[in-house]
Amino acid sequence: MIRARSLEKRYGDKRILRGVTLDVAADGFLLVTGPNGSGKTTLLRLIAGLAAPSRGQLDVSVARGRIGYLGHEPLVYRELTALENLDLYGRLYRVQERRERTGMLLERFGLWDARHARAGSFSRGMMQRLALCRVLLHEPRLLLLDEPYSGLDTEGVQLLDRELAERAPGAAFVVATHEPERLEQFASARLALA
Amino acid sequence: MTYLADVGALARKDLLLELRARDTLPAMLLFVVSTLVVFHFVLPAEATDLAATGLLWVALLFTALLGLSRSFAAEREQGVIDGLVLAPSDRSAIWLGKTLSILAFLGLADLGIAAVGTLLAAMATASRARELLLPLLFLPLAIPIVVGGVGASVSGEPGRYLGLLGLYDVLFAIICWASFEYVVTE
Repeated sequence: MIRARSLEKRYGDKRILRGVTLDVAADGFLLVTGPNGSGKTTLLRLIAGLAAPSRGQLDVSVARGRIGYLGHEPLVYRELTALENLDLYGRLYRVQERRERTGMLLERFGLWDARHARAGSFSRGMMQRLALCRVLLHEPRLLLLDEPYSGLDTEGVQLLDRELAERAPGAAFVVATHEPERLEQFASARLALA
Repeated sequence: MTYLADVGALARKDLLLELRARDTLPAMLLFVVSTLVVFHFVLPAEATDLAATGLLWVALLFTALLGLSRSFAAEREQGVIDGLVLAPSDRSAIWLGKTLSILAFLGLADLGIAAVGTLLAAMATASRARELLLPLLFLPLAIPIVVGGVGASVSGEPGRYLGLLGLYDVLFAIICWASFEYVVTE
């Protein structure tokens, strides 16, 4: 599903990624580790198509609409409610039975009671849960997750673990994390960036 | 139809955001009213229609600039532009949705201001010097709008000027529509 050869990304004179080569199968789970500034986020952005590589070859054989991307920001509007945010993304991703799917995800991630509250009033953990709802809304075939456990409480962590266990067999994952031990059980390949 | 549905969803979202946040429209209204009040007292009684109309268009232009500088604030501050760019809809729908919502704020003053300004606001968003960059890019490109607007308002034969405005609007709307995709990716 993903094939990268000698991938490099520069911003001006600064080289962020250098000589990255990787393959991820349709049901693969790539765990990306590395210190701050090693290019984990940049790698995910390249795969998502949010940035173009400066050098090297990158092939991602999945349509843009089948990618689920969780970045450092939740990518939701703070002035809109949880329901309005998911409804907007549901429309843009042309999700079938949008209302039912939105409701199901909000309930599963414990946000149903807060569905009419503006996202700006959410705690960090609730915001991460809403971001996960956004990522999973359109049943992505490729999930790009950047520090997915960030901000989650114990219950949130368990919810995410359950989602990953359910989805891992049928989708490809690239997960950047500082806590690889938590995800070792799912990983089929590892990439350590320096 | 899907494209228009995407544009509608995005424009509706922008209008809803502005109605909730109320951080652009009141500033634009206050600016245009205070500018017109100042112009009223500054202009001598014997001032020509040409001078008055010219100043009116200058006020319109700077009011638009005020709105444009905030037009991508939510996307920039909350990083949501990535979420919109990742969606499978045509990326030009983001530009068109934003242009339509800005057009609504400008009170249909001019399509050209909204179309060109939205593209340049998106370009300036990526820069740290966005407050400086937007006027630098926008004002030179807006000169034909002022010439056309003032000319159509005071000329005995407004057809030529309206033609210029129409041509500008169509030409730049097409350029902005086609090039937006390259503005929102790194």
